[in-house]
Amino acid sequence: MGVIIDNIGLYWNGFLTTLRICVFAMVGSLILGTLIAACRVSPIPPLRWFGTSWVNVFRNCPLTVVLFFCAFGLPEIGINGAYFVFGVLGLVLYTSAFVCEAVRSGINAVPAGQAEAARAVGLTFGQSLSLIILPQALRTVVPPLGSVIIAMIKNSAIAGAFGVGGDLFDVGEVLTSARGEAALPVLTGVALGYLAITIPAGLLLGVLERKVAIAR
Amino acid sequence: MSASVLYDALGPRAKRRVAVGSIIAVIGAIAVLALVTVQLEEQGQFEQEKWAPLIDPSDERFPLVWDLMFEALGNTLIAAAWAMLFSLIIGTLLAVTRVTAARWYRWAVVGVIEFLRGIPVVIAIFFAARVLPEAGVDLEPLWFLVIGLTAYNSVIIAEIVRAGINSLPAGQREAGESLGMTRWQVLYLILLPQAFRIMLPALISQLVVVLKDTSLGFIISYPELVRTAGFIVQNLQNPIQTYLIVAVIFILINYALSRLAIFVERRLSRGRKAAVPEAQPMAATTVTGAGAGVGA
Repeated sequence: MGVIIDNIGLYWNGFLTTLRICVFAMVGSLILGTLIAACRVSPIPPLRWFGTSWVNVFRNCPLTVVLFFCAFGLPEIGINGAYFVFGVLGLVLYTSAFVCEAVRSGINAVPAGQAEAARAVGLTFGQSLSLIILPQALRTVVPPLGSVIIAMIKNSAIAGAFGVGGDLFDVGEVLTSARGEAALPVLTGVALGYLAITIPAGLLLGVLERKVAIAR
Repeated sequence: MSASVLYDALGPRAKRRVAVGSIIAVIGAIAVLALVTVQLEEQGQFEQEKWAPLIDPSDERFPLVWDLMFEALGNTLIAAAWAMLFSLIIGTLLAVTRVTAARWYRWAVVGVIEFLRGIPVVIAIFFAARVLPEAGVDLEPLWFLVIGLTAYNSVIIAEIVRAGINSLPAGQREAGESLGMTRWQVLYLILLPQAFRIMLPALISQLVVVLKDTSLGFIISYPELVRTAGFIVQNLQNPIQTYLIVAVIFILINYALSRLAIFVERRLSRGRKAAVPEAQPMAATTVTGAGAGVGA
């Protein structure tokens, strides 16, 4: 385990980079996913089609392929940026499809009377969605959303494998491939780094669940 | 609640508004598409040279490229099939162990499950490919990929199966026990067969996840679709076109599997009145409440 102690600075930086990727990707995918969910239930048919195809494409396509498109496809159409941005973008696109489905299942779980009441007092679609339905839906979907986000944290390793330099996966790659360290301790350290994010995230989720969730 | 509850039946004015909204949405979509098309055109992405080997059967490289693609698709499916098979076996064993474990070692089983569930699948694959050779286990990349995928997915399947067992009415177990069956007989003859039936949609959804995760084989040089696409791209210099084809292949297969999961679920919920846990396309996540739905 000496290799972990010796490279603790490298690990710490990798940990912080992974954390940074995750925070950006989480915020992005929650916002985008909710918007797509709103599209999927909207009264305007083209928006519904758009939402449905978005979900079907990104949920059935491997993240690897999505990242390939972000990293190599976008520069081809004249959009350039750092790998970090492309990595986060790929994660956001991919995760948004799962967020959308979680939010939509929450919308479906809100009792119909709520929407009917909202309509009865004359709220428009946008108002009833944003003031009545979504606040309740988002509370019921805390557990599945949390699972989606935790899965996304783990998926961030794939963005690392794509050359988002310096994240936890990259640390493992550099130490084993470039410096030829023994893989077992190095990768154990990397795994511990991820557990240090996913386990607290799971516990936090449990607390959050008890705080806000309403059972239906 | 269906989506239509969210808005009233459309009157004449609302219909006009929806029509205007539709037109704006369509125009917006066309504008974005046009912008992308122009950009692609400017970069020469529609040139015959980049597309012909992929879509034109008369091109001499066409059979070569598609031979490679089909071989790669075969490799992808083989890896997914082995990984799913092993995950099912080990996952079921883990679930049974967790359900029947005596208290003094249950924490160890739970610990293993939580550990494997908390690390990224790509790390599990990397782990298998780097650590096992050091330990003197020398295998083909296929088996490293399968081992990595199995390590990650078996614990998720264990949780799915456990959720299935727990969702069965207590009377099933009690009836078995009152007939004088042992705990193992109750488990194997009564609980597991029913649990699998209930969990079938979730298991199919997990198969989609496994199939997508095989694409991580490119990291350890297993010649599956993504890796082979990379090889083709090196020779033909057409990343967008080749990866588009790969994406379409994955989407078609996985979409078909997702539909199958929904179909099976409908059949099951029509067939039996017992409590079928809600299993939507996100099934794995909804049922286990764990990060199962979103693999790589």
